[in-house]
Amino acid sequence: MEINWLKVLGIVITPIIAFLVGVTYGGIVRNITARVQNRFGPPPTQNLWDIIKLYSKKTTINHGVMQHLAPVFAITASITTLYFIPVLRDSKIFVNLSFSGDLIFLLYIMVFGSLGMALGVGQTGNPNAAIGVSRGLSMMVGYEIPFVLSIVAIMIQFQTTSLNELLAVQDKFTNWIIFQSPLAFIAGILAFLGMMGYAPFDVVIAPAEIASGPPSEFGGKYLGLMQTSGSIFTFAKLVLFTDIFLGGAGDFGTLVVKTFLLYMIPVLTGIVNPRFRTEQAIRFFWKWPTAFGILAVLVVVWKE
Amino acid sequence: MTYDKNSKKIVDIIQSFARKHSLWILGYGTGCGAIEIPPTMTSRYDGERFGLRGAATPRQADVLLITGYLATKTLKRVIRSYEQMQSPKYVIGFGSCTINGGMYWDSYNTINALDQYLPVDVFINGCMPRPESVISGFIELQKLIAEGRADGAEKYQKNLEWYRENQKKVIHNWKMPDYNW
Repeated sequence: MEINWLKVLGIVITPIIAFLVGVTYGGIVRNITARVQNRFGPPPTQNLWDIIKLYSKKTTINHGVMQHLAPVFAITASITTLYFIPVLRDSKIFVNLSFSGDLIFLLYIMVFGSLGMALGVGQTGNPNAAIGVSRGLSMMVGYEIPFVLSIVAIMIQFQTTSLNELLAVQDKFTNWIIFQSPLAFIAGILAFLGMMGYAPFDVVIAPAEIASGPPSEFGGKYLGLMQTSGSIFTFAKLVLFTDIFLGGAGDFGTLVVKTFLLYMIPVLTGIVNPRFRTEQAIRFFWKWPTAFGILAVLVVVWKE
Repeated sequence: MTYDKNSKKIVDIIQSFARKHSLWILGYGTGCGAIEIPPTMTSRYDGERFGLRGAATPRQADVLLITGYLATKTLKRVIRSYEQMQSPKYVIGFGSCTINGGMYWDSYNTINALDQYLPVDVFINGCMPRPESVISGFIELQKLIAEGRADGAEKYQKNLEWYRENQKKVIHNWKMPDYNW
């Protein structure tokens, strides 16, 4: 069997690039938040230093095997998600582990990290963490429905469940799915707001309310691993939405521009908004985004 | 090539730089000095420029910031919070009350000198210190970290018996759970 070394190289460097880009985006977001609040804010590398510091902590508290495994589940889910998303289109290095049903697989694997965290957090015995987990899983029930509806509308419209075929459909600017299926995009982007966890949907990790929720009992290296996973997962979600709706990217410059602009939607919404309670958030998700999602599916089926 | 234990490797330099520029604060703000923390962190003085950030729980925090006097009742909670933090961890005593008791020096239920009970790395003088001096205190702590002299956690573990003795002298109902840090 011949080994495709370019593919191996891609598999090695994709998570590293995802981590570096995600962590820099996190720092830039802190800077933008600071500018909105009339501050200067930390340097863009601040999140990277935070994570290095967390990894260089000397002691780490451990409550048991499941708690030990929770960040591992999270980072496994993030990297697996990343591997099934084509980072660049028509690239020899960043060829993903694509197969014909990868969109359906992604819908499953994207919730795996949260479920693994929920299992592990249960063992820490911290009441704040338990509240955070119940809030997180409720929110997930909220935003998964419009997200799945929007993906299903696109699957019906283009008769495919493969991301690479979706990329092949969007061969030029006017063929981007955001223009071909705007209702699905609206449903998807509203679900995306909930997925990214910025305000008004940040009830899961409300620091002043439930002491940062699920990670409240995690310190040191565990927290570092969770933040690494968060950075990678942020990048993976951004690239997924870029691939589905914005026609992917042929080179890194385009990718950075598109993902950054996409990232600004939840960030800028978050800066100017207060926090929804859990039931308000779920009511929101089951009202407007779901209505747009159903409408998108109906329109597609009617056109057939 | 001989291996010199005291020589600084590149990993140590990166680690101390990261520790120095990322201080997550657990603010124990029961004293009156806590009123100076919001201006330090918000738009006028903006402590986030130096990598200061509030931590939600003791597990995630690096710096325990004790703002002002400590009653014997709150001292117990401070000790418990301090022992839950992950090392390397630092303590900043904030205001005159943590140095010599300040205006509460003859009170029957406050402690006078904080460093009898916890290993304090930096004291910030003043009653109460302005945000400028708070920031200068944090920069002093950053200097100590860079020089490797902010070793309060090690000091605490080495002299645990002495600290425990002092703590038990003022806390009469010592019922603390056993846990490791």
